[in-house]
Amino acid sequence: MFEAILLTVITASTPLVIAALGELVTERAGVLNLGVEGMMIMGAVCAFATAQLTGSPYLGILGGILGGGLFSLLFGFLTLTLVANQVATGLALTILGLGLSGQIGESFVGQSGIKLQPIAIPFLSQLPLVGRVLFAQDLTFYLSIALVIGISWFLFKSRAGLKVRAIGDNHGSAHALGIHVIRTRYLAVLFGGACAGLAGAQLSLVYTPQWVENMSAGRGWIALALVVFASWRPWRVLAGGYLFGAVTIGQLHAQAFGLGVPSQLLSALPYAATIVVLIIISHNRRTTLINTPASLGKPFVPER
Amino acid sequence: MRIELQKRARVSTLFSIVSPILALALTLVFGGIMFWLLGKSPLGALHSFFIEPLLEVWSLHELAIKAAPLILIGVGLAVCYRSNNWNIGAEGQFTIGAITGSILPVLNPDWHSPLILPLMLVMGMLGGALYAGIPALLKTRFNTNEILTSLMLVYIAQLFLDWLVRGPWRDPQGYNFPQTKSFQIEAVLPEILASGRAHWAFIFAIVAAIALWFMMRFMLKGFEVSVLGQSERAGRFAGFSARKMVWFSMLLSGALAGLAGISEVSGSIGHVQPSISPGYGFTAIIVAFLGRLNPLGIIASGLVLALTYLGGEAAQLSIGISDKVSRVFQGLLLFFVLSCDTLIHYRIRLHFGRTRPAEVAG
Repeated sequence: MFEAILLTVITASTPLVIAALGELVTERAGVLNLGVEGMMIMGAVCAFATAQLTGSPYLGILGGILGGGLFSLLFGFLTLTLVANQVATGLALTILGLGLSGQIGESFVGQSGIKLQPIAIPFLSQLPLVGRVLFAQDLTFYLSIALVIGISWFLFKSRAGLKVRAIGDNHGSAHALGIHVIRTRYLAVLFGGACAGLAGAQLSLVYTPQWVENMSAGRGWIALALVVFASWRPWRVLAGGYLFGAVTIGQLHAQAFGLGVPSQLLSALPYAATIVVLIIISHNRRTTLINTPASLGKPFVPER
Repeated sequence: MRIELQKRARVSTLFSIVSPILALALTLVFGGIMFWLLGKSPLGALHSFFIEPLLEVWSLHELAIKAAPLILIGVGLAVCYRSNNWNIGAEGQFTIGAITGSILPVLNPDWHSPLILPLMLVMGMLGGALYAGIPALLKTRFNTNEILTSLMLVYIAQLFLDWLVRGPWRDPQGYNFPQTKSFQIEAVLPEILASGRAHWAFIFAIVAAIALWFMMRFMLKGFEVSVLGQSERAGRFAGFSARKMVWFSMLLSGALAGLAGISEVSGSIGHVQPSISPGYGFTAIIVAFLGRLNPLGIIASGLVLALTYLGGEAAQLSIGISDKVSRVFQGLLLFFVLSCDTLIHYRIRLHFGRTRPAEVAG
């Protein structure tokens, strides 16, 4: 029983963690992409369509990553090349993504999908207690953990990561030092989009293996809140993601038990929890100021 | 090829006017390509999408009905965005306005007084304003990002509405449909003309747009909005308070969204049900930007986006393409608007080949 709940919590948390990690890198480079929801839903539909057409859920995952990544380049072109307002463009990306995915997915509605099967790691999955929970998961879970480790190494231990953070904190100085601000930001946006696409693929191939319109249901926005919650640090994204996953699954189980509480109230819990968490994390202006990448959301036009 | 931007010495007046039109034209071209990919004749599809709804009296009424909430919400959001406050939860404020405005007719179905309608409208505005007050309070008191909080509140408002109409507010004689009793005739927003369904919400929208245009153009408050929006620091030196501006802009846009909500329920639907909006609160964001955040421009852009809703329905019936196309159109339109706006502030230079202009010059 406990193990079963833990497994569902992991499945519910993984897309949040992956999408938030991608956005974390984007924001560390100083770009605020509010289009996570749109890229996620595009990833979900591309993944589902690819898996249905090829019969392979792994190609589906690839399709999701490509879908989210390509879609994010649209945002990149507008905000980086044309210096459009990042907030407005992010919203546009979400609106377009929700519409376009509905259009693409129309012929797939109601089809039962192909579920991505778990891969049991030999020996480790036989461990008592943690074995089945941590080492008999599907690919997306392993990827989410690898991303946490990889991104925290990249940002804080590698030279390229230092450049990314420098751009996010002061793009003017970074440019003066000869760092390619726009090029790096394109890559960061692309990475964020690919992660959001992967998170979407997890939704339509693992969490609920089917295509439903608007199936991301605000998870992209929760991922954005997670980045703030985690004060732009990868390990805290992991912790926060699991907290939200636990709230989501907790309310589902509470609904199943029928505690006499309206189901709508329980469904509202993850959204309410997001607000509460944002209050707790932002109320200290000073720490927020220190943690936030200083150039976040500001336009950059190289001077010549 | 490389694209390079060069800041204009001053904002281009020409492109301020041309850019929304250019964006519309590009959207039509891309829309045509999309129809072609779907295997339809592009011109025929565009005709039934954008022209047919304009040819009949009844559909012009429908256009006004759909444009009204878009303009009402859009002008409020324009003031918000101008002041650099990002309320994107208008859909939630619309929903709560519809709920608080409906309290009187739902709880007192036998109250037949001409007072009921004005009271409903006021309560709807108050409800929307209070709901927008939550992100305002959180932003001013706890420094919380209003984009995320206002959006989360949309989901909460929709779930609350769902609970109300399936639970305490459900009409016991309603054959188990999740909806309230139909409003009494005194609680229904009257039609403007005898020729069709368009009701007073459209008048409210035009009045609100003109009033806010006047405020932005001729009143100190409008100046305050622009100054604080462009530079909070400059605003502080002028003695304006950014904190008060958060409250002002959020409450204003919330009240207008609430008014749109109760008008929609009272004028177009006639009762409360789980789904009362085809995403007006989000589409209004596009309306605000297409109207260049100018209240008068928003009247025009509200009509254009209302047309995309109608066109979607018409095209579904006449040429059998899904009404989801209208959301794609709306998204595309916003993208093109934002890209074309670059032309207002920058000159765009295209460079072919690999030589950099600096190297050539120096």
